[in-house]
Amino acid sequence: MRLRDRKPFHFVKLRKIWYIISILIILPGIISLFSQGLNLGIDFRGGSLLDLRFSQPVEVEQVRGLLAGFGLEGASIQRSDQTDFLIRTRELSEDESRDIVQQLNDKLGGVTVLRTERVGPVIGQELIRKAMYALGAASVLMVIYITWRFEFKQGIAAVLALIHDVLVVAGVFSIFQIEVDSTFIAAILTIIGYSINDTIVIFDRIRENILNKKKGEAVEDVINTSLWQTMARSINTVLTVEIILVALLLLGGPTVRNLVLALLIGITSGAYSSICNASPLWYDFKRLERRGRPKAARA
Amino acid sequence: MKWNNILKLLGVILVVAAAAVMTVLPVIPGVKWLPFVNLIKQGLDLKGGVHVVLEAVDTPEAQVTPDRVKQAMAIIENRVNAFGVTEPIIQQEGSRRIIVELAGVSDPDEAVRNLIKTAYLEFKLEDGTTILTGGQLKNAVEGKNPQSGQAEVNLEFEPDGARTFAEVTAANVGKRIAIYLDGNLIQAPVIKEPIPDGKAQISPYESLEEAHNIAVLLRSGSLPVKIDVMEKRTVGPTLGSDSLNKSIKAGVAGIIAILTFMIVYYRVPGMVANLALVIYAILVLLIFAALHVTMTLPGIAGFLLSLGMAVDANVIIFERLKEELWSGKSLRSSIDTGFKRAFVAIFDSNATTLIAAAVLYYFGTGPIKGFAVTLSIGIMASMFTAITMTKWLLHLVAASNIVRNTKLYGA
Repeated sequence: MRLRDRKPFHFVKLRKIWYIISILIILPGIISLFSQGLNLGIDFRGGSLLDLRFSQPVEVEQVRGLLAGFGLEGASIQRSDQTDFLIRTRELSEDESRDIVQQLNDKLGGVTVLRTERVGPVIGQELIRKAMYALGAASVLMVIYITWRFEFKQGIAAVLALIHDVLVVAGVFSIFQIEVDSTFIAAILTIIGYSINDTIVIFDRIRENILNKKKGEAVEDVINTSLWQTMARSINTVLTVEIILVALLLLGGPTVRNLVLALLIGITSGAYSSICNASPLWYDFKRLERRGRPKAARA
Repeated sequence: MKWNNILKLLGVILVVAAAAVMTVLPVIPGVKWLPFVNLIKQGLDLKGGVHVVLEAVDTPEAQVTPDRVKQAMAIIENRVNAFGVTEPIIQQEGSRRIIVELAGVSDPDEAVRNLIKTAYLEFKLEDGTTILTGGQLKNAVEGKNPQSGQAEVNLEFEPDGARTFAEVTAANVGKRIAIYLDGNLIQAPVIKEPIPDGKAQISPYESLEEAHNIAVLLRSGSLPVKIDVMEKRTVGPTLGSDSLNKSIKAGVAGIIAILTFMIVYYRVPGMVANLALVIYAILVLLIFAALHVTMTLPGIAGFLLSLGMAVDANVIIFERLKEELWSGKSLRSSIDTGFKRAFVAIFDSNATTLIAAAVLYYFGTGPIKGFAVTLSIGIMASMFTAITMTKWLLHLVAASNIVRNTKLYGA
C-alpha cells in the first residue's frame, strides 16, 4: 500500500468513540448553560456602557465611589490599562450619562469618551427574537438545500453536526462567562454556514464514490475512504481560516475579540463534527432505515 | 520552455503587483482615488460617530400619529443639517422609529441630546398665561450683544406673533415676562418699554456655540411628539482609527502566514493560488468601493475571513489535482479533470455559507449587516477567482513548462 493511501483507522467503525468525545465536550457546556446561562451583554439585556480614558492613572475604587453617588453601586467596572475603564450599568438616560462623564472628568481628571452604548430593554428583546428567527431560518434552509442537493437524511445529519458546533461555542462562552453581544449571533451564523461547508465537501465525495462503488463494497468502507480522501482538504481549509482568526485575535484589538473567539472555537469544532460526526451519523440513520425494512436488508 | 507563455506569466505577475501596490499604497501623492482602499466608505465604528435609534412615544399631551412622526423626522433632519455633518443618515424604521447616523461628530452625546430636545418655547406672563410659543417664531439667530459682548439668541416673530407681542408688552410695562424652553425657565426680564417690531433676545449664553445650538433648535421648530432614545452607540475618533490600524495589522500578518503556508504545502500550485489570492483581494476591495459598501469592524473581519475561505476553493482543486496526478494522468488533463470534479464541491459548500450570510443580512442590523455583506461578496468573488483565475494561471504555468516535475505540483 502506498503511503498516500494509508488509512490509519476506520472512521465509521470508531464512530462511538467520536460520539462519546463530542458528548464529553458538550455536556459540561449544557450543564453550565442550564445552571448559569450565558453572560448576556447590554445588547440583549439593555443597559449602558461607557468606555472611558482618563488622562492620568485612576483606581477602580475612585470610579466606584463616584458612581455610587448616582445610585450605581452595582455597576460593573473593568480597568484595562491604568487609564482605560469599561463601565457597565443599567440603562442611563442621556442626562444621567452626561452628568456622570462630567463628574468623572471634573473629579478624577480629563476624560476622553472612547465609546458609549445605550440599549433599551425593548431593543434587547427584539434582538433575542431576531436571533432565534435567524437561527431557525438558517437551519431550515440548510436542511432544504442539502435535501435538494443530496438527501434528507444527510441534511439531518449535517444539521445535528451544526447543533453540536453551536452547543460547543455556547457552552464555552457559558462556562467561562464570556460576554455575549450581538456579534455573537454573526459568529454563530457564520459557523453554521462554514461548518456545513466542510460537511458538504465530504458528502460530495461520498456521493461520487457511491456512484463508482465496486460491487460488494460496504457503505461504511466507502464513507471511510471518502473521509480519508478529503482529510487533507478538511484540515488545510480550516487551518488557513484559523491562521487569519488567530492573527485577528492577537492583533485585532478588543472590539472584535469576542466575535473572533467564537468563530475560532466554532470553526475548530465544525471541522471535528464534519469529519467525525456528520457522515457517521448519516451511516447510522441509513442503518436504522434498513433495520426498519428487514426484507430489503436481506435481499 | 515556451517563451511566449513565460512572458505572459511574467506580464500577469507584473500587472497584479502593480495593481496590489496601487490598492494599498499612495504611489502618486495627491491623486484622490489612490490608493484604492481610500475609496471604500468607512463605517461609524472606524471613523467615529453615533448611531442612534429614536422612537416617538405617546404622552398625555401628544399621541403618536404617522403625521407627527413624519414632522418630527423633518425637524430632526433640519437640526442635523444645521449641525453641519457630512453624509448623515436619517431614516424611518417601522411606524415610530427614526434611525440617525452621524459621522465625525466631536461630541456625539451632545449632538444626540440636541436632536431629541423638544425645543418648545413659551413666553408667559406673571399670571401664568401663555402669550406666545415657538410656533409663532419666524427666525432665531445667535449673535453677540454689541454692548456687553455676551452671546445671545435673537428672536424674530411672525407678523401675527409680533402684533400680539407688541400689544402684550404695551399692556404690561414694568412687569416680568417669563421665557420657558421645554418647560424650564430660562429668564424673566422686566418689560421696560413696549416692543413693537416683534424682536426679542434671550441671553446670556456661555459661548456663541451654545447660542448657536439653541438657535438651531428654535429655528427647526419644536418636536410635535416626545422622542426617546431606544439605542445609541457612539464611537470616539480615537478608538475608531485605533481599531482600524489594529485590524490592518492583523490582516497583513494573517495574509502573510497564509501565503507562506500555501507555498510550503502546495509548492507550484500554491504559488499560483497565492497569485489568485492577491487578485481576489484586489477584486473584492474594488467591488467594495464600486458598490459603496460601508466598511465596519466586523466587516473587516468578514473580509479577512473570506480571504481564509477563498484559499479553500484552491485547496479543494489542488487536492483533486494531486489525486488525478497519482492516477497517472498527464499534468494538463489532471488540471482539467481536477477542476471539473472540484467545481461541484466548491459550489455546494459556498452556497451554504451564502445562505447563512443572507439570513444574517436579513435579520442583522448595522455592523452585523456589514459583516454579512463583506462575507457574501467575498465568497462569490472567491468562487469566481478560483474557478477562472486559478485554472487559467495553472494552465499557463503548465504550458510554459517552467516546472516539469509533477512532484512540484503535489504528485
